[in-house]
Amino acid sequence: MSKFHISTTVNGEAVEYLCDPKQTLLDVLRDELNLTGSKEGCSSGDCGACSVTLDGRLVCSCLVLGVEMQGRSVETIENMTSDEKLHPLQQKFLEAAALQCGFCTPGFLVAAKALLEKNPNPTESEARYWLAENLCRCTGYDKIIRAVLETAADMRGSK
Amino acid sequence: MAGYEGKSFKWVGTRPVRPDGVDKVTGRATYGADMNLPGQLTGRILRSPHAHAKILSIDTSKAEKLKGVKAVVTSKDFPQMHRGVLPGDEGVNFHYLSSNIMARDKVLYDGHAVAAVAATSAAIAEEALALIDVKYEVLPHVIDVDDAMKPGAPLLHDDVFTTGVNPKPDKPSNIVQRVHMALGDAEAAFKDADIVIERSFKSKAVHQGYIEPHAVVAEWSEDGQCRIWCSSQGHFMVRALTSRLLNMEAAQIRVMPAEIGGGFGGKTIVFIEPTAVLLARKASLPVRIVMSRDEVFRATGPAPGSSMDVKIGAKKDGTLVAAVGEFRFQAGAFPGSPVGPACMAAFGPYALANVTSAGYEAVTNRPLCYSYRAPGAPLSSFAVESVIDEIAQKLNIDPMEMRIKNGSKEGTQMVYGPKLKAVGNLECLKAIQNHPINKIPLGPNQGRGLAAGFWFNLGGQSSAVVNIAEDGTANIMTGSPDIGGSRASMALMAAEVLGIDYSKVRPIVGDTSSVGFCEITHGSRVTFATGMAIIQAAEDVVLQCRQRVAAMWEVDVDAVKWEDGHACPAGANAGDQKPLSLAKIAAKASRTGGPLVGSAAINAGGAGPAFGVHICDVEVDPETGGVTVLRYVAAQDAGKAIHPSYVEGQIQGGVAQGIGWALNEEYIYGADGRLQNSGFLDYRIPVASDLPMIDALILEVPNPGHPFGVRGVGEVPIVPPLAAIANAIARATGARMMDLPMSPPKILAAIDAKK
Amino acid sequence: MARIVLSDEFGRQFAGGQTRFDLDVRDVRHLIRTLEEMFPGIAEHLEAGAIAIDNEIIPDPWLNPIRPNSEVFFLPAIKGG
Repeated sequence: MSKFHISTTVNGEAVEYLCDPKQTLLDVLRDELNLTGSKEGCSSGDCGACSVTLDGRLVCSCLVLGVEMQGRSVETIENMTSDEKLHPLQQKFLEAAALQCGFCTPGFLVAAKALLEKNPNPTESEARYWLAENLCRCTGYDKIIRAVLETAADMRGSK
Repeated sequence: MAGYEGKSFKWVGTRPVRPDGVDKVTGRATYGADMNLPGQLTGRILRSPHAHAKILSIDTSKAEKLKGVKAVVTSKDFPQMHRGVLPGDEGVNFHYLSSNIMARDKVLYDGHAVAAVAATSAAIAEEALALIDVKYEVLPHVIDVDDAMKPGAPLLHDDVFTTGVNPKPDKPSNIVQRVHMALGDAEAAFKDADIVIERSFKSKAVHQGYIEPHAVVAEWSEDGQCRIWCSSQGHFMVRALTSRLLNMEAAQIRVMPAEIGGGFGGKTIVFIEPTAVLLARKASLPVRIVMSRDEVFRATGPAPGSSMDVKIGAKKDGTLVAAVGEFRFQAGAFPGSPVGPACMAAFGPYALANVTSAGYEAVTNRPLCYSYRAPGAPLSSFAVESVIDEIAQKLNIDPMEMRIKNGSKEGTQMVYGPKLKAVGNLECLKAIQNHPINKIPLGPNQGRGLAAGFWFNLGGQSSAVVNIAEDGTANIMTGSPDIGGSRASMALMAAEVLGIDYSKVRPIVGDTSSVGFCEITHGSRVTFATGMAIIQAAEDVVLQCRQRVAAMWEVDVDAVKWEDGHACPAGANAGDQKPLSLAKIAAKASRTGGPLVGSAAINAGGAGPAFGVHICDVEVDPETGGVTVLRYVAAQDAGKAIHPSYVEGQIQGGVAQGIGWALNEEYIYGADGRLQNSGFLDYRIPVASDLPMIDALILEVPNPGHPFGVRGVGEVPIVPPLAAIANAIARATGARMMDLPMSPPKILAAIDAKK
Repeated sequence: MARIVLSDEFGRQFAGGQTRFDLDVRDVRHLIRTLEEMFPGIAEHLEAGAIAIDNEIIPDPWLNPIRPNSEVFFLPAIKGG
């Protein structure tokens, strides 16, 4: 099976890769580009551990094919920090102990960031439904939801 | 233990950011599947489509010829293991373990591994699997535990003879063991009861549901040395089992602990590691095997389903007079269900003079049933706590008053023999009794449920090293995988003993060649036992510092005391010396005897049992039978919470898993014995929108067996939720649910039956 | 004499139903050896489980002392999650 040559943008950088038609975007990120922050929990779009934004929209990277990426732009957890500083969500997750094993954490952070960009003032219920796409088995979600709501409040306050 | 009673702590009990946190919020942390070695191959496993079948032949020749395939293995590549348990193997039947990893003569469940390949790409590996020709003779199968125990049931093994019965059976059976324990004479004591309630309960198998699938990378070198990177609850366990299964020496294998993406008991045994080693050896290249979610459900170690009968008698005033429980657990395809601990824990929250707890375990055509958080206890407690609640309802007394009246406490003899030392059962009950949730009025179709739970907690073997750097900062190392923040706890305890800032202590989890043996991270043992090793290793450093300062000051070591990270004169006899900081002592270490290294290797006894009491409010939709959990409060005795945020996290996480077990989660098998819901879409674990905030109340009744009073905290929070939810549903609807999960169709049918 | 209590199933399987024994033993090793002499074959089963001595569950017991008035219970093995 011959591979496809794809030119795309990953975390703001122009990237080229070869991929076979069966490889998902998640496979490409992890195995071809060594961006292993996005995790594989199910490969069926049910757990959200592989959440990335594709042209600004939150998606499961396991449900996108590598060959679909021509001319598009993806952002991953690896792009969440800037100028050596953690994103406020990352900082709050640390302070609020909103992670235990940490495996779902990149997906939650990418999804929560997408939420706050769309809705800077979510209710608890809105946050819970938005993040219902992301599974966590360690925390019972309590500290995650609190961290997201507190970060939203902090970010509104600092504007 | 020495010296910390009544001491106020500087670091223990605070909530700093965990040392491994930044790596985990940036995606930098390396989990099992993140390893990528040069030349690494992809390993894939071929699995049985049948629940029970004889393997007539396996032809791998076509797969071996496929371009890009570098190795194929079957059970023929695995050394034959002795049948039965050998002395010194601590109860592990290596023939069974090996046969579970790769089926030998028979496949015993849908998903049982029969062959594995390693290839240059995932696509080629999958193509190769399709080329392997396995001929089966399909056999009748049995899925349900009660069916498996019937005479004439399809027999899984010809070498399982029921233990715990007399005379010893001469015919093999699916019934692995009978467990029986008793205090007093329960059957006689029922005569004194004003009310006796006897109920039968059923439950389905459930999965731990860790989000990270099992993953391993194995590398074999030409001198016979082997390196394994994997996520597990114990890399020393991986080394021990892999070396034994492959007839290797332990020191030949070096296991590197990857970060672990959840385990909850499911990663306390090997499923794919030995296969990866064999493939790597055959291929002379590193091999990575990552399970798919489908494989995780079909072929790892879920918790058993059960069938249980509980009978409890009480006086009119709510005093419990007698109790009997019989707990029948599925074992999966090989023995190993936690029916013993289930019997032991069932009546843990109650002081009972007359109680019998008995259990059976039967093998079934399902994946190996293995440990899941407080193994066994959630099921037996679900049955017991449901009956207790029904008695309170029938007697029209407050279920809380009834639990306090009968609650176990220091000195209570447990059904398994020993008496409890200081425990926090009554403290938890009273904390829930005084919680404001009790004052919130309930609306229509709403109910409030209460349940208590017990778990032993474990100690065991742990090693720790404290290395003091030349500037007085500390690197600390243990061999216990950090599954939910234990690095933070270790650093807090070391900082406390050394008297230095938490930020100056950097903890790591060492590999099997770098640090002394540590048992698996299970049974809520790490903060307790490995923490004890860290405390002793840090105390070792403190003693060395005092000795060196005593030499500098030319005084006796007793004249030097350790205070707030400094060596100070203990009294006038030390002279007028200025306190010396750890940094100053470390700077002089080369002149006072060399590096400052403290270590400890222990087998920790003294684990303190944990109790938890939960209360919740639910609303049941009478149209759909759907249950919404409105409020949830969980009180638990932590002994001493080292990092309270992570103690709360353990409680909240255990509650969420318990709610899933209660309401949604179940293994669903078809008539063909195949698992029908091997994905997160159909095996539905709770999501954020299913749950309310979970109010975690930490109580601290110190464990006399730990220097800081620590108990384990991770297990017990999953014990009460099943019954707490069932009891709330019973009070909301008038229908008592005795069949888990309490899914909407079942609740609807129960409501309709009441009409 | 220490009070030794076997589990019900070991009593049935090895000791003709008896579960309680008063034995003069120094430590766990000595206790298991003594029971093995009384009931051949029982030792490997006892060693695979846990023991509580004077209300404390002890992992991997062997050299642990047993005092003359100690109470010793043999328990099923406990695995955690």
